[in-house]
Amino acid sequence: MDNVEIDIKVPNQTRYLSLIGKIGEDVARTLKRYRGDREELAYQINLVLTEATSNAILHASDDAADRTIHINIAVINRNLHIRVFDQGQGFDPEALPNQDFQEPGESGRGVYIIRSIMDKVNFSRVDGGHVLEMIKFLH
Amino acid sequence: MNINIEEKAATVLIEIKEERLDAHNSSELKTQILALFDEGKNNLVIDLQDVRFVDSSGLGSLVSGFKNASARNGNLKLCGLQPQVKSMFDLTRLHRVFEIFPGAEEALASF
Repeated sequence: MDNVEIDIKVPNQTRYLSLIGKIGEDVARTLKRYRGDREELAYQINLVLTEATSNAILHASDDAADRTIHINIAVINRNLHIRVFDQGQGFDPEALPNQDFQEPGESGRGVYIIRSIMDKVNFSRVDGGHVLEMIKFLH
Repeated sequence: MNINIEEKAATVLIEIKEERLDAHNSSELKTQILALFDEGKNNLVIDLQDVRFVDSSGLGSLVSGFKNASARNGNLKLCGLQPQVKSMFDLTRLHRVFEIFPGAEEALASF
């Protein structure tokens, strides 16, 4: 599997979610020698990118409409790394309650979805904001 | 958001004419559904056959509609789920919450 790295910078607006998701799908379809279900992987990458980016947008500061969201997608040594950088207050997946399947609510599924699909999830502070880093093993 | 709303006797059929139901358009769907409740229309069928992708906020707008319909002694049922959209309901266990039908005809006939 070749190493691939893509950097995306878009305005802090939900209208760009579709574009970001489609780029993720194209990465899945282009991977060399991936033996799993390629269309399933495409949907999963689209989904985690959409969830992580919309969380970053929705949890950004009120004055953040003119700011940018930075997304880095990389395939390194058969691992898919996705990093979503925000310039706001960010959101910490650890701070959210677990999914309650008995009492289905209107929100709170995004982090559960990310954790179900990705093998490692980490949230940390960086200069001027936060980064949500997610890794999926591709073998 | 592209959406068709059609009254079918005591039920309203809502066809989502979008490829994605996500954080960009889900609040608009929620608003459209609430407007129907305000008109006293509490039995809804949402046809998702054109929707290829749904995220957690898209699911949230459907849960909101379902809960509001139930609170008004109505129901909100779904139909036309593409396989990957269906897998989202399985992953989040919402397939246990909603009545899901293959097509609009079956869903409408179930009321």
